[in-house]
Amino acid sequence: MAIERLFIANRGEIAVRVIRAARELGIHTIQAHSEADADMLAVKLADEAVCIGPAAARDSYLDVDRVVAAAQKAGADAVHPGYGFLSESPRFARALEAAGITYVGPSADTIERMGDKVAARQAAEAAGTPVVPGSKGRIEGVDEAAQVAAQVGYPVMIKAAAGGGGRGIRIADTEDELRKLAPQAQAEAQAAFGDGGLYLERAVRDPRHIEVQILGDGHRAVHCFERECSLQRRRQKVWEEAGAVCLDDETRQALCASAVALAEAVNYSGAGTLEFLYDEASNEFFFIEMNTRIQVEHPVTEMITGIDLVQEMLRIAGGEPLRLTQDQIKVQGHAIEVRINAEDPLMQFMPFPGQVGALHLPEGEGIRVDHCLYEGYQIPPFYDSLIGKVIAHGADRADAINRLRGALQAFRVEGLKTTVPLHLALADDPQVQAGTFHTQWLEPWLDAGNLTPAATGGTS
Amino acid sequence: MADVQTPLPGTFYHRPSPEDAPYKSKGDAVAVGDVIGLIEVMKTFIEVKAEVAGTFDGYTTENESAVTAGQVLATVDA
Repeated sequence: MAIERLFIANRGEIAVRVIRAARELGIHTIQAHSEADADMLAVKLADEAVCIGPAAARDSYLDVDRVVAAAQKAGADAVHPGYGFLSESPRFARALEAAGITYVGPSADTIERMGDKVAARQAAEAAGTPVVPGSKGRIEGVDEAAQVAAQVGYPVMIKAAAGGGGRGIRIADTEDELRKLAPQAQAEAQAAFGDGGLYLERAVRDPRHIEVQILGDGHRAVHCFERECSLQRRRQKVWEEAGAVCLDDETRQALCASAVALAEAVNYSGAGTLEFLYDEASNEFFFIEMNTRIQVEHPVTEMITGIDLVQEMLRIAGGEPLRLTQDQIKVQGHAIEVRINAEDPLMQFMPFPGQVGALHLPEGEGIRVDHCLYEGYQIPPFYDSLIGKVIAHGADRADAINRLRGALQAFRVEGLKTTVPLHLALADDPQVQAGTFHTQWLEPWLDAGNLTPAATGGTS
Repeated sequence: MADVQTPLPGTFYHRPSPEDAPYKSKGDAVAVGDVIGLIEVMKTFIEVKAEVAGTFDGYTTENESAVTAGQVLATVDA
């Protein structure tokens, strides 16, 4: 049944994005907010707004019972979880189902299965999607870890079986190191996730991060090509592209086809992303994990394919079969997104939850800005620092970089420090321009002093 | 009596983690640079340090409460 009243269980720029997509489909929007977010842009734009609890996310956006009760009380027939918060919580999806409310995303069972690294890897292996050589299942002890590492080959990466977002990951080059690091990883996993199970795999040195966007309706899936998100700081993406120019066509086709195979094997419904490591030297790609939700960087895919991914999510959740066939999805040009965070990149990226002063957002051919800003808005300190994204689409990568630079130069927000100077410096860097980077590139680049007041002309 | 203020808005914590004891208890000696608490701001944890030496007089802001920049978190008998 088509969605009529959509409850948005998120905040910031993604809440604004979901409202826009819903509105274009004629869906009534109900925006959830914490006490600290009563004046956020999404609240102003939505048809209705509902306070779901105190500022602390655990008492509002992360509180399953409160969110479900608020959605029920508001008479919502569907909930969009956005990204982060409850967007990958099987418990949330189940609670909504029990309340008779549609969850805009895959089934709770799929979220659960793909959210567990070991189960996701088994699903990938069964679908014929390549994975990094690693342990066959959970590892509980240090001796078992050492045994498996000897087979997998060093260096090995030690991860929490229940982990996410790069937390608790350690790399051991030798067995001595492994014996030292594994107990730490186990204790940390137990503390963070209540589950001390570990997982080991070969560490691929200096990989690129490439991911494939999927849409599925539970029966059939298509891909919307790939993105490259290799520029990362502290395992957080800062600059994302579509497509990945390092891939040849044959590899791209194989990568995207293997992602579709896995999505269909798990009867995937909604928008999802399969993340891969790409080893340029050997031209090999390995599935690492699946994100069963919309992602921050989805706009670059929208720019090159012309598909509105959030609208497609809403249509699929409303019961429509997938509207697109694979041969209808074509790539045009190249797109780059940069994340605008309220942080001072010249002061170790210190958070800067200021008040928005005079605001000028770039416009023009191929430029899109997704954001949650307005003049006078006081950015609350309780949540993520992401306040917007500048997306540039061009005929090719060089054109996209040029448009991005122009847009960033025109981006003016007073009262805040933002990551704009970082992105301007990256846009001017010869290696970024040549596309010769990997996931371990940005941090040494920053450590080497490439981003200083002098390097950015003293602007901030 | 000297005030310990937070330089940033956010959430104030008396303890390094929920299982640990508070950084300071009333009567503890305080040296310049001692950590008094943590401010969580946009998912980043910033240590709040004493700028004067003396004796800890107590927290004036509750654990895990929301704070604004400049708010007094604790007092020290200097």
